[in-house]
Amino acid sequence: MTSIVKPSRLKRRKQQLKEMPAATGRGLDERLQLASPPARSFLNKVFPDHWSFLLGEIALWSFVVLLLTGTFLTLFFEPSMDEVTYQGSYTALQDVEMSAAYASTLNLSFDVRGGLFIRQMHHWAALLFIAAIVVHMLRIFFTGAFRKPRELNWIIGVALFWLAFLLGFTGYSLPDDALSGTGLRIGHAIMLAVPVIGTWLAYALFDGPFPGELIISRIYIVHVFILPLTVLGLITLHLIIMFKQKHTQWPGPGRTNRNVVGERFFPRYAAKQGAFFFIVFGAIALMGGLFQINPVWLFGPYKAAVVSVASQPDWYVLFLEGATRLFPAWETRFTLFGEHYTLPNAFWPAVLFPGIVAITMFAYPFIEARLRKDKGIHNLLERPRDVPKRTAFGAAALTFYVILTVSGANDVVAKVFDISLNAMTWIGRVGVILLPAVVYLATYRLCLGLQQHDREVLAHGIETGIIRRRPDGGFYEVHQPLGPTDERGRGGLEYTGWTVPKKMNRIGALAPAVRGFFVPLEKAAPPSPAPTRAALEEPGPNGERPSVEEASSDQKE
Amino acid sequence: MSAPTQRAETDLTRAGETGVDLSDPRLTRFDLVREGARRNGIEIVLYEPRFPVPGSRVERRLERVVALLFLIAGAAGLGFVIAYIWWPWEYEFGPDSLSKFYTPVLGVTLGVSLFAVALALVAWVKKLLPHEIAIEERHDGASSDDDRQLMEATLANAGQESGVSRRPLLKGALALGLAPVGLAVAAPLIGGLIRDPHRPMYDEVGVSRQFHTGFHPGLNGGRPVRLVREDGTPIRPEDVSVSGQITVFPGIPGGTTNEFADSPTLLIHLRQADADELRENLYELNQGSMLGNFVAYSKVCTHAGCPPSLYEQQTNRLLCPCHQSQFLITDNARPVFGPATRSLAMLPLDVDEEGYFVAASDYKVPVGPSFWER
Repeated sequence: MTSIVKPSRLKRRKQQLKEMPAATGRGLDERLQLASPPARSFLNKVFPDHWSFLLGEIALWSFVVLLLTGTFLTLFFEPSMDEVTYQGSYTALQDVEMSAAYASTLNLSFDVRGGLFIRQMHHWAALLFIAAIVVHMLRIFFTGAFRKPRELNWIIGVALFWLAFLLGFTGYSLPDDALSGTGLRIGHAIMLAVPVIGTWLAYALFDGPFPGELIISRIYIVHVFILPLTVLGLITLHLIIMFKQKHTQWPGPGRTNRNVVGERFFPRYAAKQGAFFFIVFGAIALMGGLFQINPVWLFGPYKAAVVSVASQPDWYVLFLEGATRLFPAWETRFTLFGEHYTLPNAFWPAVLFPGIVAITMFAYPFIEARLRKDKGIHNLLERPRDVPKRTAFGAAALTFYVILTVSGANDVVAKVFDISLNAMTWIGRVGVILLPAVVYLATYRLCLGLQQHDREVLAHGIETGIIRRRPDGGFYEVHQPLGPTDERGRGGLEYTGWTVPKKMNRIGALAPAVRGFFVPLEKAAPPSPAPTRAALEEPGPNGERPSVEEASSDQKE
Repeated sequence: MSAPTQRAETDLTRAGETGVDLSDPRLTRFDLVREGARRNGIEIVLYEPRFPVPGSRVERRLERVVALLFLIAGAAGLGFVIAYIWWPWEYEFGPDSLSKFYTPVLGVTLGVSLFAVALALVAWVKKLLPHEIAIEERHDGASSDDDRQLMEATLANAGQESGVSRRPLLKGALALGLAPVGLAVAAPLIGGLIRDPHRPMYDEVGVSRQFHTGFHPGLNGGRPVRLVREDGTPIRPEDVSVSGQITVFPGIPGGTTNEFADSPTLLIHLRQADADELRENLYELNQGSMLGNFVAYSKVCTHAGCPPSLYEQQTNRLLCPCHQSQFLITDNARPVFGPATRSLAMLPLDVDEEGYFVAASDYKVPVGPSFWER
């Protein structure tokens, strides 16, 4: 009863409530010294800002969504290969014999409220997770962010990529439907293809011949415990190292190799990160609700003798699938001490090839540092055009990867575009060797061309599109210099590794836009006066407008 | 900290030298913020409020937009909860069941709600919070010489005091003692998983599953194993029409299940001309395995183990949908395209006294994907 409490006491209560945050803060500080400089420096830490720095964060937030949705799924999924008879509400599979894993996936999809939504979100989040990792890795690669002192974080990142790959594969193998069973079967064949210990390896993992009775429960513990824990640990380490080493930044005004220019973590950067979490979460929710993915009830339970056309793995496995499809029918058989041995075909594309790719990825920072004889510390990013060899190598590798990925679904391509299946295989075989070379050369030339154009604009100014005629009858185009010029009209600006403005409106030749979407919220600036005859007849190829001092350091907001 | 190169750094150094008296009553709160950052090695070089004059028309409009976005988020979130509870969700068969919209409705409401929160936050940060540029110093490279010297001494001292280097007995004992402990920890983890692929699965039969299938007569008490359909019924030759094909399994307990995943077999009734062609091409190994115009090939691809089950009647090829290996059935199921290198194994056919198909013996070579000791 409030009447018992005297008004003065009530007032005091109110006062105490108001002071609670401050009092809590004081209490925590007395125990943990939260006001000390290290804690404050956490809030004040400066982060540089560029859209491409947020790609890794998509992966981070996808992983958070994966943990949330995945935990929900474990509440209903039964990782068991016991044979059961389906009795759920999906009529088409009534009374069909299947594994408990598959039956519980069906129950999750049809008989758990919102279960299908969470399942689809989990699958979409997984696809997004790996896609974001790949794109983030490409950003790091093409801008040289892996260079000293960040080699360790590159290695952790590459490890995370392969762990995410395994997480994805183990995840989509769990439902034990016809498609995932086929994937497991191929995985089993790849294990068998390992020289010397292949059969022992496969028997150890499957507890006997394929498929055995334990593989789903073993994959389950790997998928829900071992791998997520490892990934979580490595992500934490990745972030701690990034935090310690501070983020790289693009060159620009005031930005040096020895500082970070940007916004403090708190409040602006933290709020942006929070917003980004909601964007990623929202996108995954929309996809999980609107776009069907992995409708296992259409595939039926796994049976060794059953397969459907267009059996494709998830997208990130396609490059291995493509390599396996394209690799020619080579297999080595030999006799040693009277025993016959085989080096299986799948060894080359599915064991050796990913091994080489992984080692190259891990070693790349050291290979490049060695080739460039570069031992320096680099905190400024490089524009891809400024390192033509790396950019061309990356583009060639990407081409190689894309051709393999497309070849991983070459039967679907053949069907959709009505091309012979065998022709698609041969296109892939030839293309995977030829196209990377072509792309390497083309990218290299492109980089040189872009470099040259930057220097050209710095020396001669921006092309204005205004054509003038000289008294002697010759024509010339008016160029807007970016800085002071010498007597011959040449600019003396150095290239600083950052964007050179190449359009007049990049240096403020246009008035700023008027605010307001439907109605103007402010007055437009008065139009500039019409050019007078005297101004137009002013002689000389340069210097039509006063030079814009800050133009060379134009910087995106 | 080494030689500063930036103008901002010199400011910083100066501030560090002089410091700011925090008790100075003239200091604004932002002065304190700036001083706090400065003591962390951070210079706030630009800090401008978006709206120097509070309450302008643009500011009020932005405020309304942010508020509206939060309200939309709330409405959509509420919509999600309502749909979650009251939308008919239980699966119903039929074209106009509302339940099939359950998942899309959940996705749209939750997605809109989360996006609205995100947009509100972005608008808040980008349009309402003050714009700022701050510069932080980096401290790259090795620690200072002093620090390195002290660390080295600490570590070397610990090493020295423990005396491993000058007590060789300890060194040896450490290695001899710890290595077995490591092995003891690893042994059950790895050892428990090991299964010998060459050990007979069925002791009474004496065959390893890596090298034999369910058609081994030993699994049927020494009698030839019948070929059965998926439902377990045996097959007579007249059950398969000319140019027809049927997937068959060993007629033993569990023979049609995944327990015998290497056993599925494709029984094909060839046309007369094709059968003649095959008889001409037969490998020595496959001699006598056909029965009339019937032939049976393993349905496990020799490349990666998928079932090569797409039968092209026109070209007499079997296509594996996983990696597009193609096998010519009129030539011992020899691979003619794709990555497979070995022919599909042929099952020796026979009929028993009741006229049903049986396997005269097990496959003569291991079926399925290649492996090292094949």
